[in-house]
Amino acid sequence: MRRFSLSLEQRRGIKGYAFISPFLIGFVMFFLYPFIHSVILSFHTVDIQRESGYGLIWEGLENYRYMFRVDPDYNRHLVASIQNMFLNVPIILIFSFFAATLLNQKFRGRTLARAILFLPVIISSGVVMRFQDDPNALRSLLEAGLSVDPSTGAQTGLRSFELSLLLNQMLPPEMTPYVSYITGAVDRIYDLVNASGVQILVFLAALQSIPPSMFEASYIEGATGWENFWKITFPMISSWFLVNTVYSIVDTFTAYSNPMMIKLQRVGLEQQQYGRASAMAWVYFAIIMLLMGIILKLMSKRVFYYE
Amino acid sequence: MANIGSGITLRGRTVDYYAKRIMSFERLKRWAWAIVRAILLIGISYIILYPIIVQFTQAIMSREDMFDATVRFIPKNVSLHNFVVVINTMKYWEALLNSSYITLVTTVLQLISCTLAGYGFARFKFWGREILFALVIFTIIVPPQTITTSLYLHFRYFDIFGIINFFTGKRGLNLIDTVWPFFLPAATCMGIRNGLYIFIMRQFFRGMPKELEEAALVDGCGVFKTFYLIMLRPAVPALTTVLLFSVVWQYNDIFYVNLFLNVTKFRVMTSALQMLPVDMLALNASNVGLEQGATVNPLDRVRWLATGSILSLIPLIVLYIFAQRYFVESIERTGIVG
Repeated sequence: MRRFSLSLEQRRGIKGYAFISPFLIGFVMFFLYPFIHSVILSFHTVDIQRESGYGLIWEGLENYRYMFRVDPDYNRHLVASIQNMFLNVPIILIFSFFAATLLNQKFRGRTLARAILFLPVIISSGVVMRFQDDPNALRSLLEAGLSVDPSTGAQTGLRSFELSLLLNQMLPPEMTPYVSYITGAVDRIYDLVNASGVQILVFLAALQSIPPSMFEASYIEGATGWENFWKITFPMISSWFLVNTVYSIVDTFTAYSNPMMIKLQRVGLEQQQYGRASAMAWVYFAIIMLLMGIILKLMSKRVFYYE
Repeated sequence: MANIGSGITLRGRTVDYYAKRIMSFERLKRWAWAIVRAILLIGISYIILYPIIVQFTQAIMSREDMFDATVRFIPKNVSLHNFVVVINTMKYWEALLNSSYITLVTTVLQLISCTLAGYGFARFKFWGREILFALVIFTIIVPPQTITTSLYLHFRYFDIFGIINFFTGKRGLNLIDTVWPFFLPAATCMGIRNGLYIFIMRQFFRGMPKELEEAALVDGCGVFKTFYLIMLRPAVPALTTVLLFSVVWQYNDIFYVNLFLNVTKFRVMTSALQMLPVDMLALNASNVGLEQGATVNPLDRVRWLATGSILSLIPLIVLYIFAQRYFVESIERTGIVG
């Protein structure tokens, strides 16, 4: 009899399953099942019959062959997405960390500044962005013969053209790629700022969680603000760089404006090539996971955990 | 400060003198930094606010101002005609009602299910907890687009273990163009970014003192009673954060809306806005405030779209103005950071 009796902790633990049961049900029904199903779909052609449901026709690796060898856009979009990620994620991280540091300081009007900087959390990926990404709206502006900034869809005269000219004249020619990286970031500043809302929030919360006693102690020992930043602030929130990296990578890969997302939606929903769309999504996802794994592996070695 | 060591001299000057110089240098540094900071913040704010301001001015401009080269930001003739036309064309009130309905119900469901799951993961030790929590993280990482197609087919022929097939003989229920593809996942922690909400709630509950629960147990409180009588009250800041994220992301969602809802059958705000240019062009030119026989200029479309996006933003901005303080301050106390 003793063998079957459970400790208090264990009996309590069983009730834990009750609390997470919504998640367990949802995970099986709305995640695991479609997840496995989409793997199966990717090897089939889906044949829709209106009354009796849908049938699957075995294709083997045909869908995979098609997207790499026949489809004109897939490889191009794939390379562009990966390139975009490598260009944007570092800038987003640096910018959001910088903005969070600014917002963490005490100054007049801080509440207003925070409210404005968090505004992208509310409007980005939403309807306004939709309007800005709308090619028709852009085209109609172009037709009207105005100078248009493709990133904002609004009229603007300020571009980094002068900046890049200036920097290229000042610096030796072998610096040109770096210059164009920075000026490119200036051109895309609207997108980058809009993609950083959540990351700023996370960094700000992380900054607030550093115990102030650490700064007091180091200040008494004679450390400067610069030293404090690199010796205390930076290591203390380094683990949150990891979190934000994951978030930013997922976010840039799955943004509504990402050409690959548009492509997937077109193939799956409009052309109703469900099997083909699944295969495309799967390869895309596998590559994201692979890249994320490598990046996290490299980063997590340098992350400091305070216990 | 000024009187400390006032009698001592150094290189012919009093310490007082040095103290004053250092103080003024410190002050200068502080001022310089304040100015730099102000410039940076104003610049960033400008980038964020610029499109909204432009859209707003375009929305309240009359048609002649749009073609007047001397008008740039401040319209000469303010007109609300755009709003009237766009509200009628995008069936604004219907869209707002539907959007609010979906958003409110999913938010409540997500809040309940994710709080429960977060509490379960934070305060109970059971077999496989770490693995199950890793699965939560996994759902955050996997982009929803990977399973889009299967999810669509899943809801198109919805069935649970063949029960519906068994009773009706049909191959599942068609839940497309209904609200169920939003409500069912929300009730089971699988709505938009729900993994993140579970994560936030778990981090929060993990930081609560264990003694609270033990005291409740000694006083004869069951596990569930402890949860809603004792643990829920301090969780309000975390709940507010999740609530706001949930409302905003659900309201703004266009991906699932495009997947599950046809705009002609179930009109929500995002899909109505998406269809606005098409709907506007379908109207007779005389109905949209043009003179008889005039052609639709591309600039008209820009103006309508601007009006539409401002209109769809209004509910969120109103919400944000009221909740902004909780949003900004609660984040700091949410325990997003463990």
